[in-house]
Amino acid sequence: MSKYDVVMGAVITKPRTSLENKTGSWRTRRPVVDVEKCVNCLLCWIYCPDSAIMRLEDHIAINYDYCKGCGICAEECPRKAITMVEEG
Amino acid sequence: MGRRIGLMGDEAVAYAVKQCDVGLVSAYPITPQTIMVERISEYVANGEIDTEFVCVESEHSALSVCVGASLSGLRVFTATASQGLALMHEVLYAASGLRCPIVMAVANRALSAPLNIHCDHSDMMGSRDCGWVQVFAENVQEAYDWVIQAFKIAEHPDVQLPTVVNLDGFTLTHCMEDVEVLEDEDVKKFLPPRKPIYWVDPKQPMTFGAWAMPNYYYKFKLQQQEAIMRSLKVVKEVGEEFGKLTGRRYDTLYGYGLEDAEVAVLSMGSTSGTIRYTARRLRESDGLKVGALKLWLFRPFPEEDLVSTLEKVKVLIVLDRALSPGAVFGPLGSDIASLMVKHGLDFKLLNYTYGLGGDEVTPEMAEKLFKLGLKVAEGAKPPSLTGYVREVV
Repeated sequence: MSKYDVVMGAVITKPRTSLENKTGSWRTRRPVVDVEKCVNCLLCWIYCPDSAIMRLEDHIAINYDYCKGCGICAEECPRKAITMVEEG
Repeated sequence: MGRRIGLMGDEAVAYAVKQCDVGLVSAYPITPQTIMVERISEYVANGEIDTEFVCVESEHSALSVCVGASLSGLRVFTATASQGLALMHEVLYAASGLRCPIVMAVANRALSAPLNIHCDHSDMMGSRDCGWVQVFAENVQEAYDWVIQAFKIAEHPDVQLPTVVNLDGFTLTHCMEDVEVLEDEDVKKFLPPRKPIYWVDPKQPMTFGAWAMPNYYYKFKLQQQEAIMRSLKVVKEVGEEFGKLTGRRYDTLYGYGLEDAEVAVLSMGSTSGTIRYTARRLRESDGLKVGALKLWLFRPFPEEDLVSTLEKVKVLIVLDRALSPGAVFGPLGSDIASLMVKHGLDFKLLNYTYGLGGDEVTPEMAEKLFKLGLKVAEGAKPPSLTGYVREVV
C-alpha cells in the first residue's frame, strides 16, 4: 500500500531494539578512564544520561556501545580520572 | 429517517460526539467553541455517555492528552478555536505524524491582535500544513453530519489521520437551526468501533514517538502524504454512504449552476450559503450565468474534482476568509492559482479576502461580486485582482 518501507507513524513494533541499535556510533569524542585514579565513587554513574557507565569491582568502565560522548562524566569526575579523546 | 431538533452549531457538534461512542474527550473551553465542551461534559456528568472527559489547563495539553489516548486505541475528540488552535500548533503535527485518527471541531475565529472573538478562517489557515484532513461546514446540519463522517474518514485503514471539522464561529456555533439528527442505532451502524492498527499495550510493548534520522524521516513524511492523498477517495465513499443513510450526500465540493456559469464564486464555510442564495436569485430573476462553488474538503485539496467542475467557467472569484500578509494571493487563492498552472486551466482568477473578524459578506456584496465577475467575463478590467471584498465592490 505504501511506496515506503517504513512502519506507519514511526512505530517501533517490538521492544528492546536498542540492543540492535548501538547509539554509541554518534560519538565524536570518547571518555577514557584512568583506572589508577578512579576510586569508584560512582558520580559519573549517577550523572551519565545514557546509562553508559558500567560498575566493575574496583573502578568504572564505559559502555562504548551506548556512550554518546557528551563528556559529563569527565566534567563531574572529582579525581579527573576521565579524559575526553577525539574519536577516529 | 432521523428526528428534527433545534440545535446551535456547538450543540450539534456535541450531539454528534455523543452518538459516536467516543472513548475520551479532552478540551479546553474557548469562545466560540465553549458550548461544545459544556454540553459534552454535561453528557458525561449525567451518565448519558461512557466517555472519559479530561479537564486540562491549556489546549496544548488537551491535544497532548488526545494523542496519548488515541495511541492507546481509543476514539478521541477535541475542539478548539482561534488562539487555542494556535497553542495546539506543535501538537497538531505530532498527532498527524503519529497517525492518530483524532477528530477535532474548530469554531473558526479571528486571531489576536486586536482581540476579536468573531469568525474568520485565519486560525485554520495558520495551521494549514499540519497534515490533518480538513473540512469546512456551511451550516449547523453540515457540522453535525461532518463530525460523524470525520471519525469514519480518520479511522479508515487507508487514512489513519486526524481530521478537523471547521464551523464558522458564532454564525454557526451560536445560531440555532432545525437539524435532522440520526438515531443512535443508525450512527452505531454507520460508525463501528475503532480498529486501531498499533496501540499502546503493556502485553505487547511498542515504541511510539521515536525519532527518525535524515535517511528515514522523509520516508515517514511522504508516507503520511500518501495517506492524506488516499483520504480523497475515502471522503467521497463515506459521503456517498452517508448520503444513502440520510439523503444528504457529501463530497469534496458542492457546485451550483456550474454546468453553464460564466462566473463562479468559490468559498468555504457559512458564506457559501450567502453566495449560493445570491447566485440562485441572479439566475432565476435575471437569467445571469453565475454559479457558486462551495469547497467542503480543503485538505487534501480535491484537484480533480475542481478541474472538472471549473471546466466551463470564464471568471472565478475565490474568496479567502484569512489574510496572508505579504503573500501574492490568500491561501485558497494560492491553491487555485497552483491548480491553474498544474492543470493548464484557462480562466480569469480574482482572489479577494473577506469577512475578517466577523465582517460578514452580505447578499448585496455577493451580488456586486457576481456583477463585477460578469463585466470581467465580457473583457472589462477588474479594479484589482486581489484586495478586500468591502473595498473592491
